[in-house]
Amino acid sequence: MKLETFELVDRVEEFSPAEGRIRAHGIVPPTESKVFEGHFPGYPLLPGVLLIEFMAQTAGWLVLARGGFNQLGVLAAVREAKLRSAVLPGAEITAEAELVHEGSGYAVIAARVFNSQKLAADAELTLRALPVPNEEFMLAMRKRAQVLGLLVQA
Amino acid sequence: MSSTFDTVANIIAETCDIPRDKITPDSHAIDDLGIDSLDFLDIAFAIDKAFGIKLPLEQWTQEVNEGKASTEQYFVLKNLCERIDGLVAAKGG
Repeated sequence: MKLETFELVDRVEEFSPAEGRIRAHGIVPPTESKVFEGHFPGYPLLPGVLLIEFMAQTAGWLVLARGGFNQLGVLAAVREAKLRSAVLPGAEITAEAELVHEGSGYAVIAARVFNSQKLAADAELTLRALPVPNEEFMLAMRKRAQVLGLLVQA
Repeated sequence: MSSTFDTVANIIAETCDIPRDKITPDSHAIDDLGIDSLDFLDIAFAIDKAFGIKLPLEQWTQEVNEGKASTEQYFVLKNLCERIDGLVAAKGG
């Protein structure tokens, strides 16, 4: 995870387009990371909003990949978000996102974060599906997807 | 149509916290009830689930933006309900 640039997904471990499911992995940076200087001094915890963001990004990859990299999933609503346990520096966490409903121009996705098999967070997310804004964006996303293991070839 | 309207009106009342008696078949979802696009996504999700359909929101938005249709055709509730009935009938047939 690179918290400063909001790149929270390190690897996509599983993607099932037909079933609308994805699983992503991320390693929380060590205590020395800038974010932990303030959150909190002497008691470093991954901010809960970043767990929501981790779920949203995982869901975003699901929307993007299912749409053949022609549609961008933009976070529109977060429902029933629960932050169940603290996530500490260095933790290896996994997000699972599953399509609940694909509407016209939007998707509703159930997402969960696990920290060593223990449920750390869950939420129901709504993402608007928008056309990708430009070629540069699409190419950058395809390149990133290749790094993550979501695409064999960018 | 009346049962479709009741279902839709109940969904709107619950989703947007609008008093049920303010919602009539002639209400315009945007102009009269003040529903914004994000709330309408929630309503669309609930309608899709309740009727087992997929409201073609993208197509409607495109038609309105291109001037091919008016918002009244889709967002006045009696018209919305007619379209829902049509989608349900098309699915069944």
